[in-house]
Amino acid sequence: MLRFVQWLGHHSLSRIRAAGRLGLFLFSLLPALPYALWRVALLLKQVYNTGTLSLPIIMTAGLFVGMVLGLQGYNVLVDYNSEEAVGTMTALSLFRELGPVVAALLFVGRAGSALTAEIGLMRSTEQLSALEMMAVDPLKFIFAPRFLAVVIVLPMLALIFSALGVLGGYLVAVGWLGVDEGAFWSQMISHVDWYDDVINGVIKSVVFALLVALLSLFHGAEAVPTSEGVSNATTRTVVQGSLGILALDFILTALMFN
Amino acid sequence: MDVHIRVENLTFRRGARKIFDNLSLEIPRGQVVAIMGPSGTGKTTLLKLIAGQLTPEKGRVLVDGEDVHRLSRRRLFALRQRMGMLFQSGALLTDLNVFDNVAFPLREHTNLSENLIERLVLMKLQAVGLRGARHMMPSALSGGMARRVALARAIAMDPDMIMYDEPFVGQDPITMGVLVTLVRKLNTSLGLTSVVVSHDVQEVLSIADYVYVISQGQVMAQGTVEVIRNSDDPYVRQFLQGAPDGPVPFHFPAEDYKKDLGLC
Repeated sequence: MLRFVQWLGHHSLSRIRAAGRLGLFLFSLLPALPYALWRVALLLKQVYNTGTLSLPIIMTAGLFVGMVLGLQGYNVLVDYNSEEAVGTMTALSLFRELGPVVAALLFVGRAGSALTAEIGLMRSTEQLSALEMMAVDPLKFIFAPRFLAVVIVLPMLALIFSALGVLGGYLVAVGWLGVDEGAFWSQMISHVDWYDDVINGVIKSVVFALLVALLSLFHGAEAVPTSEGVSNATTRTVVQGSLGILALDFILTALMFN
Repeated sequence: MDVHIRVENLTFRRGARKIFDNLSLEIPRGQVVAIMGPSGTGKTTLLKLIAGQLTPEKGRVLVDGEDVHRLSRRRLFALRQRMGMLFQSGALLTDLNVFDNVAFPLREHTNLSENLIERLVLMKLQAVGLRGARHMMPSALSGGMARRVALARAIAMDPDMIMYDEPFVGQDPITMGVLVTLVRKLNTSLGLTSVVVSHDVQEVLSIADYVYVISQGQVMAQGTVEVIRNSDDPYVRQFLQGAPDGPVPFHFPAEDYKKDLGLC
């Protein structure tokens, strides 16, 4: 019993300490962010690394998710003779939920883990220390461009995911199952609201991007400089990032669509 | 004597372990000063303290009369532009090739034209004998070459001083010879103050002007190479000769052996 209390205390304390360090990290990173806008070349390189290189997985996943939505939606809606609504259903699920959430989940696995590993290794090979010694602030040179790149890129990826999803739904519903094309699009256009659905989805993915960027950079910076330490840090990024995205999604949905 | 770096009553602790206990030393300008001691005595930590990457618990470090740990970040960075540091691993930026690594500090801190930067970089690379390797990536370099590139990078900004963290560790005899010569040559030709942290006794004694032997957080012995070589301090003797047992015991502090084995 005493052991358990001790264990509980130790773990809670170390969690609280970690949260404090995360806060401090964010606090020291914020003033460095504007600097990344100045260094366009550095920023573009990170936009390419995190964004462009994530495109294949995001596009493929979006297409398949849309196709599944089209198929499932059709199977349910056809019983009520309203299979034309499959376009609306696909688009709403994508723009409101699946686009931002699934894109963020894929992104944290594809790009977030890579960022953590990269920075963890930079730390263990003393590159961060060397930058400091060359009077170059790693916060400005390494962290800020990566943070900003993630925040720029993830909302775009989420929109691309949704767009490809709508295309997937269209291919299945109209091309394969024979839903009327005009009804498919016109219903979608009249039921999907630009602000309520699309913009809210974008806001969601901006929030997820902030979370993913913060976690992946923080865990990279905190990684114990051994191979095991870097691998643990990468795992933490993906686990905390995924759970954080899902939890935040619930909160945001409750706030936005209630 | 013109003192370049002055370490005064420095105390530094890592967790419960005291790394330095009231350590004081002076590094004269323009000389090669060796700081020797067994592994784990905090030699690298000392360099990081001098560079202001770590903050001491007590005491201060003066570089050119400026208290490193009281400078604003901006002033500290300005001071660091006059310091070079060679890391044990080289610490080259892995996404840049040799040329860009050496050009990096110039591009970050100066507004020189690309043309001029190219000439400067080639001169620095020539000094370490790697002008021909300018297009190689760090991953393709051997350990010794990486260290030489890092050395070219460290002198890119023409610093007043350069700190070497274990420059000879893990190198083959030829590379070791190259590095030893380079340290001495750069010191003379660029008029640098060189601080060499090392435990490679013979190599260091062959180039140093002045030697500090530190252990257990304090200076155990100091003097010119002559003085250190002829020291009759048992600790210094053990260190220079590499005797496995002596004032520095073979065993890490532990409980009584018999008790540990459960024999009494």
